[in-house]
Amino acid sequence: MNANGWIQLALYVGVLLLITKPLGLYLLRVLDARGKTFLDPIMRPIERLTYKLLCVDPEKEHDWKRYTAAMLIFGFVTMLFTYAILRLQDILPLNPQKMAALSEHLSFNTAASFTTNTNWQSYVGESTMSYFSQMVGLASHNFLSAAVGISIAAALVRGIARHTSKTIGNFWVDLTRVTYYLLLPICVIYAVVLVSQGMIQNFKPYDTVSLTEPFTTQVPKVDDKGNPAVDAQGKPVMEDKKIDSQTIVQGPMASQIAIKMLGTNGGGYTNANAAHPYENPTPLSNFLQILSIFAIPSALTYYLGRMVKNQGHGWAVWSAMFVVFLTGVLVSWHYEAAGNPIMHQLGVDPASGNMEGKEVRFGIFNSALFATITTDASCGAVNSMHDSFTPLGGLVPLLNMELGEIIFGGVGAGLYGMLIFVVLAVFIAGLMVGRTPEFLGKKIEPYDIKMAALVILVLGFSILGFSAWACLSKWGAPDPVTQQLTDGTNNNGPHGFTEILYAYSSCTGNNGSAFGGIGANTPWYNATLGLATLFGRFAMIVPILALAGSLARKKRVASSAGTFPVSGPLFTTLLVGTVLLVGALTFFPALSLGPIIEHFMMHSGKLF
Amino acid sequence: MAAKTHSIFDPTIVVPAIGEAFKKLNPLHMVGNPVMFVTEVGAAITTVLMFTGTEGAPFGFLLQVTLWLWFTVIFANFAEAMAEGRGKAQADSLRKARTQTFGQRLTPSGGLEQVPADQLRKEDVVMVKAGELIPGDGEIIEGAATVDESAITGESAPVVREAGGDRSAVTGGTRVLSDVIKIRITSNPGETFLDRMIGLVEGAKRQKTPNEIALTILLSALTIIFLIVLISLKAYGIYVGVTFSITVLVALLVCLIPTTIGGLLSAIGIAGIDRLVQKNVLAMSGRAVEAAGDVDVLLLDKTGTITLGNRQATAFVPVPGVTEQELAEAAQLSSLADETPEGRSIVVLAKQKYGIRGRELHDMPNATFVPFSAQTRMSGVDYNGQSYRKGAAGAIRDWVGGRLPKEIEEEVESISSNGGTPLVVAMKEKALGVIYLKDIVKGGLSERFERFRAIGIRTVMITGDNALTAAAIAKEAGLDDFLAQAKPEDKLALIRKEQEAGHLVAMTGDGTNDAPALAQADVGVAMNTGTQAAKEAGNMVDLDSNPTKLLEVVEIGKQLLITRGALTTFSIANDVAKYFAIIPAMLLGTFPLIAPLNVMRLQSPTSAILSAVIFNALVIIALIPLALRGVKFRPLGAARILRRNLLIYGLGGILVPFIGIKMIDMIITAVHLA
Repeated sequence: MNANGWIQLALYVGVLLLITKPLGLYLLRVLDARGKTFLDPIMRPIERLTYKLLCVDPEKEHDWKRYTAAMLIFGFVTMLFTYAILRLQDILPLNPQKMAALSEHLSFNTAASFTTNTNWQSYVGESTMSYFSQMVGLASHNFLSAAVGISIAAALVRGIARHTSKTIGNFWVDLTRVTYYLLLPICVIYAVVLVSQGMIQNFKPYDTVSLTEPFTTQVPKVDDKGNPAVDAQGKPVMEDKKIDSQTIVQGPMASQIAIKMLGTNGGGYTNANAAHPYENPTPLSNFLQILSIFAIPSALTYYLGRMVKNQGHGWAVWSAMFVVFLTGVLVSWHYEAAGNPIMHQLGVDPASGNMEGKEVRFGIFNSALFATITTDASCGAVNSMHDSFTPLGGLVPLLNMELGEIIFGGVGAGLYGMLIFVVLAVFIAGLMVGRTPEFLGKKIEPYDIKMAALVILVLGFSILGFSAWACLSKWGAPDPVTQQLTDGTNNNGPHGFTEILYAYSSCTGNNGSAFGGIGANTPWYNATLGLATLFGRFAMIVPILALAGSLARKKRVASSAGTFPVSGPLFTTLLVGTVLLVGALTFFPALSLGPIIEHFMMHSGKLF
Repeated sequence: MAAKTHSIFDPTIVVPAIGEAFKKLNPLHMVGNPVMFVTEVGAAITTVLMFTGTEGAPFGFLLQVTLWLWFTVIFANFAEAMAEGRGKAQADSLRKARTQTFGQRLTPSGGLEQVPADQLRKEDVVMVKAGELIPGDGEIIEGAATVDESAITGESAPVVREAGGDRSAVTGGTRVLSDVIKIRITSNPGETFLDRMIGLVEGAKRQKTPNEIALTILLSALTIIFLIVLISLKAYGIYVGVTFSITVLVALLVCLIPTTIGGLLSAIGIAGIDRLVQKNVLAMSGRAVEAAGDVDVLLLDKTGTITLGNRQATAFVPVPGVTEQELAEAAQLSSLADETPEGRSIVVLAKQKYGIRGRELHDMPNATFVPFSAQTRMSGVDYNGQSYRKGAAGAIRDWVGGRLPKEIEEEVESISSNGGTPLVVAMKEKALGVIYLKDIVKGGLSERFERFRAIGIRTVMITGDNALTAAAIAKEAGLDDFLAQAKPEDKLALIRKEQEAGHLVAMTGDGTNDAPALAQADVGVAMNTGTQAAKEAGNMVDLDSNPTKLLEVVEIGKQLLITRGALTTFSIANDVAKYFAIIPAMLLGTFPLIAPLNVMRLQSPTSAILSAVIFNALVIIALIPLALRGVKFRPLGAARILRRNLLIYGLGGILVPFIGIKMIDMIITAVHLA
C-alpha cells in the first residue's frame, strides 16, 4: 500500500465526485420525456421516428404493470433475437474467421447473460464469436440492457418522488431517450478516445505472426472423430505440440469496449478482457474504463436527490455506497499487497505483493481497484484474474456481488438495489423514532415490505440455492468417491467451492466476472448460470417495479422534526449497517467455508 | 375501573403465565408467528435426533441444545402470556363494572318487562330508576338524572346526564342516583365498548396492525433466508468435506432467525394497549394506538383542554353616555337564562359589584328568552318591550345593523389582545358596552407543548373566540397555532385541510356535532361524558373525560412503536456475535486452523454452540420487562432519538451478545455442562 496507490485512489474519487453532479443534472433532462438537451437538434427527429415505428405515444405514461409488461416483452424478444443470431452464426455475414454456430445451451446462456446486463461468458470471445455476433448480437445488448437498467431505476425514483400518482413513466420513452441521449453520444466520443490510446477498431481477419521463441507444449490427443482420446485408466492421452506462431485478434473492439464499461456490461471482446493489451492499452485507458463504470451509477444518486427534492438523501446514498466501496478497495489492496507467505518463503520479494494472475502493466493497486469497482458495479470486466487473488483479497469481489451489486452497482440496477436496502433500513430503524416507518413521506406498509423482502429472498435463493445444487450435483462437483473431476469444476475443497459460489454470485448479481476454475461451458452450468442471470434480473425487477407503483400511489405525509431523517452521516451509517447486517450476514457462513478457511490455510502453508 | 398498574413480577400474573406458555406450544397457535414456529419445528427435530444416534455428538450436548431450543419457544410464549395476563387483570377490573344486571325493557304495548342485561339488543328502550344500574351503553331519550360513574372512571362525584344535547350518553354498569330516565340501548351484547376493550387487552381478539403485519413479513423473509442459508450450508459442507450435524445446524438457524423480536412482538403490542388502559383510555383497535404515534397535528379545544373551562366576567366597560350600572343591569338581564358558567359569572359579577339583585325567572312572566345558538352566537331576553342581547362583537354588530361604536370596537380589541373574551351587550339594537371575560389557562401546558414541538408535533387550538383572544391565549399556553371563531363545521374543514397537506391529526371531542370531525381525524378521542355519536365516531374513549390526556395518548403510541423498532434492531444486530460463536465451532473439527476466528475464545465447539443457544433463549426473558414497560419516551427530535436508539439497540445489540455469550461460556465450562 504505497503512496502511488493512495494518490491514484484520491484522483479516482476526486474525478468521480466532479462528474457526479453534472452528469446527474444531465440525467434529469434525459429521464424527463420533455427534457431539453443540447442534442435535441440531432436526436429529436430520430427519437420521434423511433416512437412512430414502435407505435408509442410518448406523451402517455403507464402504471407499473404496463411498464413491467413492456420491459419483460422487450427483454424476451431481444433475448430471442440474440439466441437466433448465435445459433445461426455460421450463415450470417461478417465472419472472416468462419466461426461455427454456438450450441443450444451456450446460446441460451449467452443470450440470457447479455440480455440481463450480466455478460457472463462461458466462451472465449476471440475464438467463438463472429464480428456480426459481437456487434449485432452482443453489443446491442450492451446498450439496451444498460438502458433498461437506467429506465427501471428512473421508474422507481419517480415512484418515490411522486405521490397519489398512478403512473411511473413510459418504458419505451425511457429506453429510447437513455439510449439516444446518454449512451450513444458518450460512447461515440469514448470509443474515439479509446482508439487514441491504441485500442483497435477494424473488420480485418485475425493476424498471424511467427513467434521469436517457438516452444513445445502438451495438449490432449484427439481421435479422428474429434473426441479426446483416453488411455486404459480413462485418463486423457496427452501429446506434444510445437507452437511457433500466434494469432492476434482483430475487429471492432473500441466501439464495444466503450459501452461495455459505461453500461457496466463487462463482457470482454477477448477472453483476457481488460487485461488484454488491445482491450486496455494504457494507464489512461485503464483509468477511463474504471471511471466510466461508476460514472452513471454515481450520477444516478444525484438524480435521486434532485427528483425527491432532498439532495442530502442523494448524497447519503452516495456516501453509503462510497464507504463500502472504499472499505472493499482497502481490504483487497491490503491483502494483495501483503502477498502470499508461501511465495515469500520460496524467495519471492514480499514487496511485490501477490502478482499471480495480474497484468504487470497495472500492478497490485490498479488490479485491486479494478476488481473492487467491477464487482461493486455489476460490470464484470477484469484486468486481473480474481481466481489468483489472495483468499481475502478475492473475498472482496465475491462479497461485493453477494450484497446485490448495490455499491454504485450496475447502471440503474445499483440504485434500485440500494433503494431496496434504504426501504429496509427505514423500516427497521424508522420505528425507533416513534412513528410508523416512512420513507420521504411515504408510509412503508406490508405490501412494500413484501416486495422489498422478495428482492432479498431472490438474491439469497438464487446464489445459495444454485451453489448448493452445484455442490451436490454430479454435473457441478467432482465425484465424491473417486474425486474424479467430471466436466464441472477443476478444483475441490474450499477453493473449488469458492469458484462455484463466485459463479452463481456473479450471475445472480448480473456481474459476469468469472473467478475462473470452472469449465462453465457445459449444458448444466450454462443452463443454471443462465437461469441465475434471469432470476437475478427479472425476478428482482418485477417486485421493484411493483414497489415503485405502490410508492407512487401513496399520499405524502408532511415532514417535521419528528420525521425519520434520510440524509446525513447518521442515515449513511444506518444504511451501511443494514447492508452489512441484512445483506452480508446471509453469506457469511458460505464465505467462511470458502475464502475464510482458505485464508487460514494459506497462512499455515496450504494452497489450492 | 381503577388505573392499577401491576408489578412486572406480580405472582398472580406470572404463575398462570407459566402454564399458558406451555399451552401455547400447540403448533396451531404457533403458526401465527412464523419465527417461533420454525423454532418449535427445529426443537422437535432435535428432540427426535437425540435418540437416533446419527448426530455424532454426546447425548448430554444434544439434550442441552434441545432443551434450550424448547426454552426459547416457551420463553417467547411466556412473554406473550405475561402481556395477556396483565391485560386480563385490567380486563377483570373492567368486567367488574359489568356485573350481571337486569333492565326494565319497554314492551311495544307500553308495559315494562324485566330482562337480563345481556339480552338487551340495540334499539331496545329501558327505564332506569334511582338506585338502579344502567343495563347497557345507551343514550337518554327522556329525562335527566345524576349518575355515579365511579365504576368506570374512578371519579366519585356524580355527573348529570340528560336527554338531548351533548351529555346524553350513559355507560352500562354505572348507577343512576336520582330521577328516572328512559334509555335507548345503542349496542348489542358483546359489542359494547367495554366488551371490545376487554377483547383487546386480553389479546384474544387482537388483530395484527398493518405495521405488525409488515414487520412479521420482514421477519418471515429473514427466517426463510436463514433456512436457505442453513440448508445450503449442509450442501457446501459435503463439497468442502465438513459434516455438519443437523442439531448444530438447527441451533445455528434458531440463533440467526430473529427470535428475540419474533418472541416479543405480540407482547409489545398487547402491552401498548394495556398502558393506554392504565391511563383510563379505551382504544378501539391496536391500529388506533399506532396512529397516535404518527400524529403530527393536535387539535385541542380551548375550553377544558387549554383553559380551565370557565371564563369569568371580571369587568363591565360601558360606552360613553352609559353608566356601568346600566350596562351591568342589561348584562344581567341578557344572561338570566344563560346557564353556562360564563353566563352565571356575569350575573354574579352584576350582583357582587353593582348590587343588582338577582331576578327570578318566574318573576318575569312576559319575558321571552333567546337561548344561545352556534349560528347566531348571541343570547338574551325580550322583556318589557325591550330586547337585550349579548354576544360576540361580530354577532352583535350584525344585530345592531352592521356598525358598533368606535369605543366598543377599541375596547373589544384591547380585551382580546389581552387574552380576554369581550362580550358586547346591546339593548334595543344599541350597543351599551362590553363585558370582560377572562380565561384561566391550565398550568404546566406550555412545557408540555414544548416537548411536542421538539418531536415535530404541532398544536392547534380551536376556539369560538375571535382571533385576538385566541392569539393571546395561544401565546400564553405556548401553542403553535389556533383556529379562531370556529364553528363545528370549521373543525372538520381544518382536519381535512391538514390531512391534505399530509398531516395526521388527533383531536378530542364530546358533542354530537364533533362526531364528523372525530371520524375524520386520524385519532379521535371521545370523552366518556360525550354523546354516543361522538363515542362511535372516535377511535378512543377517555373514561376520565380529560381532553388534556390526548398528549399522553400520543406518547403511548410513540412508545409502542419505539419499543418495537428498538427490539427489532437489537434482535438483528445480535446475529453478528452468534456467527462468531457458532461458525468457528462448526468448522473447528475439520479445520483446526480456523481457531483465530473464534474471537471470543470460547472453550470448546460444544460450549460455544451451547452458549449461543442459551444466550438466544435468555435474552428473550431478559427483555420481557422492557417489552412490557416500553422503551422510555424522550421528547427529542427524530434525528436525536434515532442516534440515541441506534447507539443503544444497534451498537449495543452488536456488543451485548459478545459479552453475554462469553460469560455463559465461562459459566457452563465451570460447572462442566460442556
